[in-house]
Order: sequence, then structure tokens, then C-alpha cells
Amino acid sequence: MTGTMNITLKVWRQAGPTAPGKFETYTARDVSPESSFLEMLDVVNEKLVLEGKEPIAFDHDCREGICGMCGMMINGVAHGPSKLTTTCQLHMRSFKDGDSITLEPWRANAFPVIRDLVVDRSPLDRIIQAGGFISVPTGAPQDANALPIGKPEADEAMDAAACIGCGACVAACPNASASLFTAAKISHLGLLPQGQPERYRRALSMVTQMDLEGFGGCSLFGECMAACPKGISIDFIKRMNGDYVWGSVSARPEKTVLTSG
Amino acid sequence: MKLDAKIPSGPIQDKWDKHRFEMKLVNPANKRKYHVIVVGSGLAGASAAASMSELGYNVSCFAYQDSPRRAHSIAAQGGINAAKNYRNDGDSIWRLFYDTVKGGDFRAREANVYRLAQVSNNIIDQCVAQGVPFGREYGGLLANRSFGGAQVSRTFYARGQTGQQLLLGAYQALEKEIARGGVKMYNRHEMLDVVLVNGVARGIITRDLVTGKVEAHVADAVVLGTGGYGNVFYLSTNAQGCNVTAAYRAYKKGAAFANPCYTQIHPTCIPVAGEHQSKLTLMSESLRNDGRVWVPKKREDVGKKPSEIPEEDRDYYLERKYPSYGNLAPRDISSRAAKEACDDGRGVGPGGRGVYLDFSDSIKRLGAKEIGDRYGNLFEMYQRITDENPYEVPMRIYPASHYAMGGLWVDYNLMSTIPGLHVIGEANFSDHGANRLGASALMQGLADGYFVLPYTIGHYLASTKFEKVSTDHPEFRAALESVQQRTTRLLSINGKRSADSFHRALGKILWEHCGMARNAAGLTQALQEIPVLREEFWQNLTVPGTGDTFNQQLEKAGRVADFLEFAELLCIDALHREESCGGHFREEHQEAGEAKRNDEQFAYVAAWEYAGDGKAPVLNKEPLEFENVHLATRSYK
Amino acid sequence: MLKFWNTSVGKKVVMGVTGLILVGFVIGHMVGNLQIFMGVERYNAYARLLQEDIIELTWAVRVTLLVSVILHALSAWQLTRRSWAARPVDYALREAQVSTYASRTMRWGGVFLFVFILVHLGQFTLGWTWLLPEYAKGAAYGNVVLAFERPFWVLFYLVAMFFLLLHLLHGTWAVLRTLGVAKNAAEPLARRIPVIIALLVTVGFSLVPLGVALGVVR
Repeated sequence: MTGTMNITLKVWRQAGPTAPGKFETYTARDVSPESSFLEMLDVVNEKLVLEGKEPIAFDHDCREGICGMCGMMINGVAHGPSKLTTTCQLHMRSFKDGDSITLEPWRANAFPVIRDLVVDRSPLDRIIQAGGFISVPTGAPQDANALPIGKPEADEAMDAAACIGCGACVAACPNASASLFTAAKISHLGLLPQGQPERYRRALSMVTQMDLEGFGGCSLFGECMAACPKGISIDFIKRMNGDYVWGSVSARPEKTVLTSG
Repeated sequence: MKLDAKIPSGPIQDKWDKHRFEMKLVNPANKRKYHVIVVGSGLAGASAAASMSELGYNVSCFAYQDSPRRAHSIAAQGGINAAKNYRNDGDSIWRLFYDTVKGGDFRAREANVYRLAQVSNNIIDQCVAQGVPFGREYGGLLANRSFGGAQVSRTFYARGQTGQQLLLGAYQALEKEIARGGVKMYNRHEMLDVVLVNGVARGIITRDLVTGKVEAHVADAVVLGTGGYGNVFYLSTNAQGCNVTAAYRAYKKGAAFANPCYTQIHPTCIPVAGEHQSKLTLMSESLRNDGRVWVPKKREDVGKKPSEIPEEDRDYYLERKYPSYGNLAPRDISSRAAKEACDDGRGVGPGGRGVYLDFSDSIKRLGAKEIGDRYGNLFEMYQRITDENPYEVPMRIYPASHYAMGGLWVDYNLMSTIPGLHVIGEANFSDHGANRLGASALMQGLADGYFVLPYTIGHYLASTKFEKVSTDHPEFRAALESVQQRTTRLLSINGKRSADSFHRALGKILWEHCGMARNAAGLTQALQEIPVLREEFWQNLTVPGTGDTFNQQLEKAGRVADFLEFAELLCIDALHREESCGGHFREEHQEAGEAKRNDEQFAYVAAWEYAGDGKAPVLNKEPLEFENVHLATRSYK
Repeated sequence: MLKFWNTSVGKKVVMGVTGLILVGFVIGHMVGNLQIFMGVERYNAYARLLQEDIIELTWAVRVTLLVSVILHALSAWQLTRRSWAARPVDYALREAQVSTYASRTMRWGGVFLFVFILVHLGQFTLGWTWLLPEYAKGAAYGNVVLAFERPFWVLFYLVAMFFLLLHLLHGTWAVLRTLGVAKNAAEPLARRIPVIIALLVTVGFSLVPLGVALGVVR
């Protein structure tokens, strides 16, 4: 193990959604390069707690890069300098002694700050509610192998399904757009035969909901893809756009059918 | 306390069908009049909430995270078992049932396990229909692999992210129902108590983690899908927020806690790197399909680079001890063997707490590309954490707390000893006995949520008369008040130690004395140390901030307070169980280094009943009868 | 239709389709312009063809272009406002990772191009004398030479072509993705054909003012 290091942290502190926020400076001393980024923050927080001060609030849970709970801007980069890595999987060996690190929450109108580095990402759930599912009630299905799906299609669907919903795409996008998130779910389900009946309806309603939540539009900067810890490709945004256009062209009006019993 | 498992009569393969027919149904028009609370939104909670909402019940679902998609089921990597026999390799419901009972070291309830094996096939059908992108063959059919401890290929998987994909399937179903209005979702809410009216569970008390508001919620039935208590060891593969609070509060309100000493220590985790460590990362045990586990034969070799240790000086101890299963020996056995090697002074890496998992033979045989195709993401993850390249140097692994087989006692209908309080998934105790086999947790969570509880809860609701209750009821007011008092108390100690430091200390006690190997002296010592630590906690804790804001230290303190009580129960159970079975290994009970079960005296479920603060819990026994699987020594040699 | 226009994707599609029309136009325009190197008769005859012989067709093109530019600019303006509203509090620090300079200058570059189009039309089509005092109707070749004998206009046009280059670099790449017709790519951000189109168009256009300035066209 190499020597420990001292790091200066400039952290956004904000007491609540409506409270004004500002940067505070802290020093993390004797940080092990083997520790994870959040473990470094744990140590800073432990010290703050013992001083009777309120520790830095940040979201985290699984700490193995899959739950999507953690995420912050680290020196202006969503999830920090390592590619394909969530904040919790970032390790301090990516930094060096004497470094100064600026920490900010995801910033988007749709993601109001709850406290410090914690933001409200419920708009992402509501985008899923708008159609990010296959309407199949429990108990209805046929045998799993009754519907063969080619390996390439299944693999591509899995590429899209790997999204962890962390919101880094929104955070990194200069437009604060949620297109990559939305497109990933539209593509995951739209690539599979099971998802075909609702494919275009899904694209139309999810895009509409994405707009309603106040996210920006897509300029294809590509920043989302670079920030995505799961490497989700902007090719899926292309797919979403295609489904949206075709859905708009081909949409049939939904009828209310009256039945008598 | 009378434990009635309510196992239906008749041959085991007919029990569930017969029971489904005999259970009462709720009239479709009446379903929406029933309100069911589901606590937890993991595989079990989300699938149960979604399925009950589809049936027409009015459901409220609670999660401490910011979205139901974050629940820790998402971290399961390897796969999910089902008795589809798509490989034509001799699998069947009977075989899955048999393997699970045997794998659980004959400490599970036969009828429950058989039902689990029966519905396993429906789960795969359901998940595929939902769009779960399982791995497939070029012919378009589902791929399978064999997985820790199984001799058939019955595990379905979605790369190394099976738990994620299954949870997202359940999550999407749940969101669909939220959008339809059938489920009301409460994110960032933590359950802090269950409320009983006339001895029946009628609601819960929650704290809104954002505003700090403590609220009461009334329902006709309460379902806990709150996961396991592996974090009692502080370092575990569980998420940071995983806790025992909901289950423990239910225990204190009268729900029996079954077999708390059955904890699973997973063999393939990345070893501890230092004091700063906050969690341990699991790597799928599918790695053991192609990796060979070894330590140096000689103690003086542990400091050497692995490449400098010649083949003849390596001890491939799993292959040596268990020739027929080799590196695929079940989790409890592999973990203990690693501990023995390290205790023998032959452990490698920092602190001598690690063994090698070596892929060099497989890379020679199959090529680096093939190994990369199979385990690329796991290798990357390992390298990200340790900065070592597993293609070049062997991985270092060490066991870590992973799963809790123990949990709240439930009957065949998944109802606890509190009428109306149902417990599903990892939070209950029922299906895995003393040891869980790989790829069975996902199966059980979804079985409970999709295919068991939606039936049994209807039977409960249809056969119970409900008095009208509101949050003004004295029981609700009293529970609300006691939760608020406890919060105030945690905030007003103003001591000098953080909740985290107490948790870390507790974890050390448990890992030392109640970890992979236990003995009476160690457990007795733990039972002396835990109350001392708990005493200090209530004297010397500090929680900054207030109760009416987003306060993560306060959340943590509440969870640690419950762990400090629960840990004692765990050790009491471990001390009382004078045998070695599954994840519970008592050093006094072994034969030639192998675990020795005591079926005459301990073939029962230990269901502990809360007797009041400062009083010893009361032991209730549910005898286990094995009519279909013959009790045998579990041998993997 | 209105529903389509009202979503961010709908507006992007409108922007993309109108952008494609404009790309087609600039390619044709550029090829037409290069006839200036074939002499005064040929160039003036080309101008006469457009302005007299096929004037109905020219008007049809003009109306199409006008509508395209308006829709292109309007959708851009509304989407820009949407993205400003989407992040009211900006980061103290945000480091661009992979986005190109071209993509980041679409908005202000587009505004400049809009101004340029007005100036360009004023000079050579509408004959605004405050922009080109010597403007003579029908003498297309002469007008061009007169304008670009002034270094200021050469510079102005070259700067505009630089922005056009950037605009085309991102626009011609993005449009196929916006319309959802591009193929999947291992490196989705890589762009080859867009670079060729953008370079051809801007170099072709730039040759005219440069030709005059260097005395090749006189």
C-alpha cells in the first residue's frame, strides 16, 4: 500500500430545497488510496459528527455500482474521472496528494436539491410510469421458451436494460435532458418481441412525460454516454426518435369500446 | 405461543393445488375495499405489491430509498433457478425440491420448499413476458448454467446482473400499477413500528426521511418484504441501508423470530483492504466454475508473489477435500474451508485474510477471450476495486456476510405469529433452512411475491372480520408517540461517538464470535460484550441535527440501536443450537473437520418470542418432519 | 400535428428535416457559385436562368427555404429556451468530456448564420445599397467582384463559412440520428461523411471570396 494523502474538498452545502446553498471547504486527511470515494467522505463525515456539525448528506446504498442511488459532480464530471464507474466505485487512487475536489449535486430543474448532494429523482420514476413496462399481469404468460428471441436482439435489449437510473445522463447533459434514460427503457422493451404491441404508444407517452417533467431536449452532445456508468449508447436515443416519429405517423386514435354485459 | 405451520394435508405434490382450491376468495368488487401495506420494494415487496394491485386490492408500498428500483435485490449477480429441465439433464420439480432441502441441511420446511420448486417455472415465464432480457442461445431459446452446488444446469441469468433485471421487471410492473392508481408509493419512508389492534396487525408507523414527519398508516393487512439482517456484521455484501428494524419491531410486537443464527457467509468476496472499509463486494460465485481456489502449502510462502509459488507448493484445498464437487462445493463449506486455511496461517494478502481464486489454468485451456466473455464484467469490477488484473495475477477472495436464512417465522400462508402480518422474501425464514443455495434467493423472493402471497392474503382477508380502525385509535397514537420519543431520545444523548462507530464495534464482536465458526465460549463472551456496547450506545451516542429534516445520521442511529438488540438474539440462538448445520458451524460439533448435525435434538425451527425488555426470549419449537427427503449427512466429497 | 410539434423530439425532428432541406440547398448553391470561375458570361447566364427563365421554380424554392429557415430557427429557439429552463442553477464547474466544439457552438453559430443570411440576401439578391453601394441589377458577376474587393467582406464571409462548417459538422451528423434512421455504430460519435460534406460545402463557398481577393476572379 502506498502512502496516504490529503485532499481539499469544496462541497456544496444546502440545508433544504428552498434554502440558499453555498460551497464549504473541508480537508480530508490521511486518506488511503485503497479507499473508495464515498469511504473518504465517510471519514470526513465522522469527523464532522464528532465536532457536532452536520455531516455532508449524499445518497448511496449498495456501494457496488448497481443500485443507482449514488452520484455527484466530481470536479465538473458526473460520477468523477473514471469511465464506466459510479461514484461509489470510484477509488481514491484516481486522485493524488494535495488535490482539490469540487463536489456538486446533480443540477436540473427536474431534480430539486433535497439536501447538500442529495436530489429528488422521482421524475425518472414517473417517466417509467408513463409506459416503461409491458402490460402483462401476473400469471398470464405462456411458457418462457414459446417465444424464441435471437441472441443479438436479446443482447442489444440487455445493453439498454443495463441502465441503473442514477441520473448522471441528466447531470452531464448541457441541456439537462433525460433522453438517454428514457431512450434506454424504450429501446430495452421495444427491441423485444414481448414489447411490440405497446412499442409506439410507449414511445409517445414516455417522451411526452419526459417533456412534462421539465427536462431539456437532446442536442446529441454525447455527454450523457460519456457519463453513463453502464456505457449506454446514444444509439438508443436514435431508436427512441425513430419510434417516436413512426408512432406519430402511424398512431390510430384510441377508441372507447362500450361493452354490454 | 402456539406455532401452527398450517401445512395442508395430503401428498406433498398436491398440497399447494389443494390449498389453493380450499382457500377463500375475495369477491372482485370487494377487493378494492381492502387496503394492504407492503413494506419494502425489492423482489418480494415489488412483485407482491404489483400482483395484489393487479388483483384489485388497494396497496400502499413503502421504501427507504428514493425509488423502488434501488432495493438491494438489484445487486444479485448470478442467476435464478427454475426446474424447467430445458437442458434435458434430469432436472425436475422433485430434484429442485430435493436439492434445496439437502442444501439447506435439512432445516427447512418440506412443504414450503416443494411449493417453491413448483412455482419456480412460473417465475421464468412471468419474467420473460415482462421483458427481462435473459441470456439466450443463438437458436433464440433461454440459456442456462450450472451454479454453486447444483449438478444440473437450471440457472437462468442476465449477464452478471440477473437481480437487477428481475427487480426492474418487478419495478416496472409496480410502476404500471402506481400509474393506474392501484398502488400508492411512499419513497424515502422508513417503517419504525407495526401497530396491532386487538392482537391483529392493522398498520404501521413510518418516518418520512425527507421531512422527518412521523405518520400512522392503517390497513387490513401488513406485508413485510424488508430483506435480511446481514448488516449486523457491519461489513457485509448488503447495501448500506439494509437493516433489521422492521423485522425487529415486529418481533417486539409479538412476531416470533426464527433461526436468527442461520447466516450465510459468501465465499467469493473481495477481501478487506483497510480500516476505512464500509462494505464488502461480492463477486458472483459463478467464478468458481472456472477458477481454482488455493493457498500456499507452506506458511512461509504467503508473502511471495503467487507466480513464484510452484504448482507442487500450492494447496487446492477444495479439490483436495471435496473431490466430487471441488471448487463448486456449497457456500458454507467453501467459506469455512477458506477460514480454516487462513486460521492455519496460510492466508494471503493484507492481514492474511484471503485465498487465491486462480484462472490461469482456464485461460490456458479456453483462452483469455473466452474467459473474458464469461466473466469480463466481474474481472473489471475486481480490477476497479483492487487495482489488480485477474487475467495476470490470481484474484484474492475472502468470505463475507451475505444473506440471512433466518427471519420472522411464517406459516405456510406466509403469515407470522401476529395475525395479519405477512412476511415475504429474505425477511422470512421459511425456504432455505440453514444454508441457501446459489440462485435461490431471487427464486424465493419472486415466488412469495408473485405466486404465493397474492393467494394467501386473499384467504386471510376473506376469512377475517375487520373492525373499523382509524389513526385516532389509542394503539396508533401510542405507537406514534413511542416512535417520536425514541427519535427524541436518540437526538438528545449528545455523547461522543457516532452511530457508525458503534455499528463497527458490534460488527467486530459478531464476526469474531458468531461468524463462520462459533463456540460456546465465544458466544458467551459476545453475549457479555453486546449489552455493554448497547449500554454505551444509549449513553455516549451523538447524532447531529434535528428530527424534522433529512438526517442520515438519525436514520443510521435508529438502525444500529435495533442491531444492538437483535445481535443478542442472534447469539442466543447460536448458543442454544448445539449442532453444526449449514451456515451455523459450532466448533464443538464436528467430525473429522466436517459439520455434525444433531437431528435427534435439533430438527426443529427455533422461533424466539419476545418476553419484554431485559428478559430472556422464549424459545418455541416447530418440529421439522421429513417425509419425502430422507435425513442424510450432507456430503459433497 | 400540433401534439408532435409540442414535444422536444417533435421539434428536433422539424429542425432536422428543415436542416436537411437547407443542406441540400447549400450544396446546390455552392456548385452554382463555382461557375464564377468559368467566366462572366457563364455566371451571368446562370443568374439569368434562375431569376428570369425558371423564376416560378425559383420562387417555389425560395418559399420552401424561407419556411425551412423560419421553422429551423423557431424550433432551435424554443429548444434552447427549454434547456435553459431545465437547468436554472448552473454548475460552478462542469467539464465537457466528449462533446465537440461544433456541437457546443450550434446555437450562437446559428444566430450568426442567420444574420449572415440576411446580409447575404441584402447584398446580392435584394440589392441593399447600404451594404453594396455599387449593386447593379442583372450584373451578378460584377456584384460579387465588387463586394469581395473589400477585405472586410472577404473576412466576414470566411468567418461565416467557418460557422457554417461547424454547423454542418454537427448538423449533418446529428440529423440522421434525430430522424432515427442512422445505423448503430460501435463509436456513435465518430463522423466521416459529415466531415466530407461540411468541408466540401465550406471550401467550395470560400473559393469565391478568396478567388476575388487573390485576383483569380476579376
